Amino acid sequence: MKKLHTYQDLKKLIGSHYMQAKTAQFFNQKVAWVSSGAPVELLRPFDVITVYPENHTSICGAAKVGPEYCEKAEAEGYSRDLCSYFRCDRGSTLLGTSPIGGLPDPDFLYGCNNICGTILKWYEIASRHFDVPFLFVDTPFVHTEVHKHAAEYVIEQLEGFIPVLESLTEREFDEEKFVKGLYLSKECVELWKDVLLFGAHKPSPLTCFDAFTQMAAIVSLRGTEEAVNHYKALKNELHERVQKGISAVDDEKIRLLWDNIPVWYAMRSLSEIFEEYNACLVADTYTNAWASANIDTGNPMESLARNYLEIYLNISMDLMLERIVNLVKVFDVDGMVMHSNRSCKPYSLGQYDLARNVKEETGIPVLIIEADMVDSRSYAEAQTKTRIEAFLESLGG
Amino acid sequence: MWCGIDIGASTAKVVLIDDEIVSKIVVPSGFDTVKTAEEVFEKGVQKAGIARDDVEYTVATGYGRAVVPMASKSITEITCHAKGAFYLDDTVRTVIDIGGQDSKGISLDDTGRVQDFVMNDKCAAGTGRFLEVMAKALEVELEELGGLSLKSEEKVSISSTCTVFAESEVISYKNQGKKKEDIIAGVHEAIASRIYAMVNQIPVQEKIMVTGGVALNQGVVKALETKMQKETIVAEDPQIVGALGAALLARESI
Repeated sequence: MKKLHTYQDLKKLIGSHYMQAKTAQFFNQKVAWVSSGAPVELLRPFDVITVYPENHTSICGAAKVGPEYCEKAEAEGYSRDLCSYFRCDRGSTLLGTSPIGGLPDPDFLYGCNNICGTILKWYEIASRHFDVPFLFVDTPFVHTEVHKHAAEYVIEQLEGFIPVLESLTEREFDEEKFVKGLYLSKECVELWKDVLLFGAHKPSPLTCFDAFTQMAAIVSLRGTEEAVNHYKALKNELHERVQKGISAVDDEKIRLLWDNIPVWYAMRSLSEIFEEYNACLVADTYTNAWASANIDTGNPMESLARNYLEIYLNISMDLMLERIVNLVKVFDVDGMVMHSNRSCKPYSLGQYDLARNVKEETGIPVLIIEADMVDSRSYAEAQTKTRIEAFLESLGG
Repeated sequence: MWCGIDIGASTAKVVLIDDEIVSKIVVPSGFDTVKTAEEVFEKGVQKAGIARDDVEYTVATGYGRAVVPMASKSITEITCHAKGAFYLDDTVRTVIDIGGQDSKGISLDDTGRVQDFVMNDKCAAGTGRFLEVMAKALEVELEELGGLSLKSEEKVSISSTCTVFAESEVISYKNQGKKKEDIIAGVHEAIASRIYAMVNQIPVQEKIMVTGGVALNQGVVKALETKMQKETIVAEDPQIVGALGAALLARESI
């Protein structure tokens, strides 16, 4: 896989972000641990430094320390059936370390159950451990559309947090700063969407493995100028690749869609298998989850509420299917690879039905592989390789 | 002449073909995959009465496919089993391969192309290994299981799909004084149920062909046919179907 130059910039950006988080106290800033689906824009006007345990555990996963950290949590009595992001985070906290030296201790926690119910228990445990407050946003599940009462319920919670945040950060809520952050967030999401849309080019200048790495900024730094600048640079690089006819995978013959969280510890080996067959994973449902936002800066709270209610894991299977079918069409793929992720129940439950529905609606074949995002003990490399290769052979690779 | 080598988890197979099958060999897979490949290839060539250089093209398949030194290409077991099964009988639309380490279902279209497939997950249930463990617990030879199960009059029910838990169920039946034949029949039904559930994730059309070493066990095949309720046949020499497919693909590669 050809590495993007912008990868080095991303490493620096994320590195300095963690460094800033670790030195926050010297600048009179508070550190919050935030779940990936929480409406982070509310924290921006309070100059809170936000770190994402999910981003951190994906780094642990890629550094292949997942099993070691998970085992530490399991030794505390946490079941192996629990989410490996949780177990890995808990293990890292208990061991007091990680490949980046551990996360800085939080001043408070900010989580939302729009991605899963585990967040609630996970953050409660962290809240007890660090003896810090936990601000929890409850987002009702969206079966068909976002109902008015659901939006109002979320708005009320967000507004209720303002005085709490004022007291926690010793700063006053600045509406103007809040709206500015929303603009930046919106710009960032739009740039990210543009970046991902480059995958629709034939041949594609990027693979989902690039997107999995590059997503760190949209997750952790959404609503900041640094993230906006980074994605502008990335967009330029991809544009240049397209102009020069540089493809991510040599002689692209097969175009595929990926579903679910990456298998962080097997990114390289997986990307090599696909590359060997001239197959490019041109898009994925995961990173596209951060590529839609209808932020109405004139009506900030309501648009925040609606956006975060409608995120990919908080919607019904029918709505998920709609989004997948749309990706199949936009990116013109020949097949889909679904990662049945032992850890992520909201993402993996229903995949067999979704696979059947996608086949029926679009006619493309679907492969399901079994793994876990961080805990490599639940992954059989040789078996997975055989499945993928057989799938690619059947696609004519 | 063309050669297919299938290095499986339990056995290694070689098939040499020209217009038809010239020689076929099955040996146990050793620790050293390269050595096993050399051994089985040499035996195959000898049996065919040809020199090594007479082999024009070799395709490797199976778990050890990537490290077979004499192979020009490696192709997965799924594609190879489909190819071999369709060659043996072109009315086959579903292949169920039960090997030492994994089992798979493959659905074919009417040209023999793989339409869809499914494999067991990271688990020994529904594989040859499951039977090996049970044979050991029951102190019978693996080859005897099939014949013994056909004598069962009152088969027991094994509820666990997990090999470890199923083994403890078998031991418990043993301690209750159940007959070996009845326990074995229960074991076969458990493996058939597991495969039934897996294979039905893909479209299953008649005729079904069972391949792989476990197809030599009539008890499993009978239990499977009862479950599937579809015409089920066993490949002639079921262990070599993957290697045969590889040899056919080798012939096509030229």
